[in-house]
Amino acid sequence: MMESMENTRLLLAKDLVTALESNDEIKADEILDQISGMRESMLFQEVGRLTRQLHDTMNSFALDSKMVELTSKDIPDAKERLHYVIAMTEQAANQTMEVIEHLTPISQELSDQANELSNKWDRFLAKDMPFEEFKNMSQEITVHFAQTKERVASVQTGLIDILMAQGFQDITGQIIRRVIDLVQEMEHSMVELVRLSGGKSKTAIVEQSAELDLPGPVVPGVDDKANDVAANQDDVDDLLSSLGF
Amino acid sequence: MKILVVDDFSTMRRIVRNLLRDLGFTNTFEADDGKTALPMLKEGNYDFLVTDWNMPGMTGIDLLKAVRADPKLVNLPVLMVTAEAKREQIILAAQTGVNGYVIKPFTAATLKEKIEKIFERIDKTGA
Repeated sequence: MMESMENTRLLLAKDLVTALESNDEIKADEILDQISGMRESMLFQEVGRLTRQLHDTMNSFALDSKMVELTSKDIPDAKERLHYVIAMTEQAANQTMEVIEHLTPISQELSDQANELSNKWDRFLAKDMPFEEFKNMSQEITVHFAQTKERVASVQTGLIDILMAQGFQDITGQIIRRVIDLVQEMEHSMVELVRLSGGKSKTAIVEQSAELDLPGPVVPGVDDKANDVAANQDDVDDLLSSLGF
Repeated sequence: MKILVVDDFSTMRRIVRNLLRDLGFTNTFEADDGKTALPMLKEGNYDFLVTDWNMPGMTGIDLLKAVRADPKLVNLPVLMVTAEAKREQIILAAQTGVNGYVIKPFTAATLKEKIEKIFERIDKTGA
């Protein structure tokens, strides 16, 4: 195309020289107009091409910088958030178990003491208790009431501590929701990238190595679609007994 | 009865040890992966092993393989307590020689039942 344009210009130039030599002013002006018209149309074409290139570059640049931000900032952020979720849930579990470990012996003592006194009380009702022992029992009952009040108070404090520890659910729920949003944004950008690159690339399905990448906890509706997981302990027991366990 | 509890999450080790204490087993120890657990098992005269599967360093299934390959530990009862629930994984664990398999989340009753079952079977075979 460029060659034919060069030829046309050369022919026009020769015609222009001929017209000037023969003093044909009108013809010469016509040829000059034609040449400058050609130059203008070439310039417009070039400007058009550059504009389109600029537009595409701006588009892909915007997507690039979005991807750069996602990978350099948002994903490490998300990892941090998820680590924080682990730390918070660990803290809540420990806080709860500390209360349980503290209260279990207290409730055991209460139960032992009540059993002991109940046995004595039965003997008293059956008129099977000397007066001296009855006096001791009365004293023991007084102590038991005082200790019970104290122990029940610490059980109640412990229950409130357990209750408060459950606050992690709200906070971790919010953090996880943000990570889900990020994953969605990431997915959107990647789809956009595939579209811009011509949509030719079909997603390659990579075979996962079961040895290296353990599937981990089953998330209902996500990991149980292929029906190759045990849904509960009964499933596990059935499978094992089918293997001779 | 000396028991080793292996899990990379300290909270889960704590839950299992508390449940074991409730069942009357107070002589319990813990490790956070197979790598730490194996030398403890080799030297410590343990009677029972409770292990998770998915752990960094050395996984529970590799620990189980190592236990079954060691002449001193070959008969050690092993209970796997894990979130891994794929059928092929449960089959692999069974083939590797696990004595019981509990999936997380589990109840105290399930853990108790599986432990009792393992010891019943050992009593029957006279091991």
